[in-house]
Amino acid sequence: MNMNLLEKIDDYTWTIPLKAGEKRSGIRLYGSEPLLTSMDDKVLEQITNVATLPGLVGEAMTMPDAHWGYGFPIGGVAAFDAEEGGIISAGGVGFDISCGIRCLRTDLMREDLTSTDLTKLADELSRTIPAGVGREGKLRLTVDELDDVLRGGAQWAIHHGYGLGEDLSFIEEMGKMQGARPENISPLAKERQLGEVGTLGSGNHYLEVQEVAKIYDEKAAEAFGIKEGQIVVSIHCGSRALGHQIGTEYLVSLAKAATRLGISLPDRELACAPIHSPEGQEYIGAMNAAINCAMANRQVLTHMTRNVFEGLFKNVKLETLYDVSHNTCKKETHLVNGVERTLWVHRKGATRAFGPGHPDIPVRYRSVGQPVIIGGSMGTGSYILAGSAEGEARAFSSASHGAGRAMSRHQALKLWRGKQVVQELAQKGILIRSASMRGVAEEAPDAYKDVDLVAEATEKAGLARRVAFLKPKVCIKG
Amino acid sequence: MNKRYSYFDHDADIGIIGRGKSLEESFESAAVAMFSIMADVDLLHCDELIEVTFEEEDKEFALIEWLNTLLALAHMKHLVLGRFELHKEGDSWRGKAWGDRWHKDLERGTEVKGATLTMLSVKEDEDHWEAQCVVDV
Repeated sequence: MNMNLLEKIDDYTWTIPLKAGEKRSGIRLYGSEPLLTSMDDKVLEQITNVATLPGLVGEAMTMPDAHWGYGFPIGGVAAFDAEEGGIISAGGVGFDISCGIRCLRTDLMREDLTSTDLTKLADELSRTIPAGVGREGKLRLTVDELDDVLRGGAQWAIHHGYGLGEDLSFIEEMGKMQGARPENISPLAKERQLGEVGTLGSGNHYLEVQEVAKIYDEKAAEAFGIKEGQIVVSIHCGSRALGHQIGTEYLVSLAKAATRLGISLPDRELACAPIHSPEGQEYIGAMNAAINCAMANRQVLTHMTRNVFEGLFKNVKLETLYDVSHNTCKKETHLVNGVERTLWVHRKGATRAFGPGHPDIPVRYRSVGQPVIIGGSMGTGSYILAGSAEGEARAFSSASHGAGRAMSRHQALKLWRGKQVVQELAQKGILIRSASMRGVAEEAPDAYKDVDLVAEATEKAGLARRVAFLKPKVCIKG
Repeated sequence: MNKRYSYFDHDADIGIIGRGKSLEESFESAAVAMFSIMADVDLLHCDELIEVTFEEEDKEFALIEWLNTLLALAHMKHLVLGRFELHKEGDSWRGKAWGDRWHKDLERGTEVKGATLTMLSVKEDEDHWEAQCVVDV
């Protein structure tokens, strides 16, 4: 990124000054200088475009892991006021609606797992969890059953035997997003999803068995129920084909609506409509249903993961630590200049990060803040953070979601071979299982930003504070 | 450049370019580019047929519709597609595509989730057409 275009507010906060005659809202970029220097200039261009959208409240923001996306940058956050003509944008939510991470804590410690156990776990998880292009799940739903999934989310899954009632308290929205309208989703989108509930997907999606390698904040770690050496499992996936199809269809229909409604779009990918318009409401109903689909999907995968662990380890317990979504737009209350306002917060490739005391946080975590999970990249590791009070004022309670790509897939393919990546990681004690060696090469750990720098910058920018570092041991790659 | 299709860099995803002597041919090539990300299309038997029809006046939106419909239909029928034919009459587009069922000898590449409006362009340059966009993987 061309740093000459930025103005430094503090070491982890930057802005883009307004040019003479330029009409847009303010912009804030969070991150350290090295992270911002390595970002593509497209991030600047895209967040500048976001700042021109109607009804934006405060600033358009990017998180420390931002990279070039569709319309909005990935790692983009923007809040809109419906009463001031604020919009909802399919490009501001993303294609994989409610893609996110479910983290499970186990009662196993690193010393409980021999290398033979880890190999068995890797093989059994890879046999059980459907992953990769062209793979279907065991669950085959009818359209009516899928409509129930879309209305019920993780609650539907638990009601049908996929999980435990106590999981729900540790999923955003208690596992069921209100305002879901399955009738706003095309038959094609539903048809594509019938065999996909309970599948991991491909690309950057994964299921990882991890070890808590370092604790940064003892009090929060205790509240989250984790300690050094403990084994946890993270599941990263989303609303699968349904979410993609909704994104695809509404991107075109909202682009046409924007033209009809006279909203000037600097980029067609910013396709949007006023929240109060019929098109806006229609998309919101479909998006909420896709959020439910993603939460149900992660719930079914949680159940399958539990079955694998229970088959291998006697009396093992896997509890949901938390389930966070990345690609959403949610109606929330925020303080703006001391006044409470109802806003529609787009978080695309960003995590909600409510601070301590927020009523939407599980009681168990309420004194320390919402768990925030920054996912890693097979070989490097992940972080669990906790939302901070400061983050409310800094970014409408939002934080980073992952390492963020640093290199294109094409560049990665030139540099690595999948088999070589698998062998090198095995030497480091990380077992990879994937149906696609091309996928493994594209997702090589070094194709991503340094996750340590992202987590550190997230904390230093005041968005969330680090609680624990998780080291990968087994990774089932989609 | 004569190559029927090629790729361009994008930070997170993949840009595809399809070329042809006609608009329709460039769309067919773009489809080959897209499915080649998921599998080696030269190894497909292409004995399963699907048909695609849609109405779209905007050439660029038509490219997105074409690619996304192919993706959706291929997905629903558990196929990977490798050969394409497209005809346009006014705003009506009629296409055919042939492919193969996923089988164990077919190495799985990277799943394409959708064709996007990013870097979307369809243009004619003297005697050939180029159709491009970024696909979400």
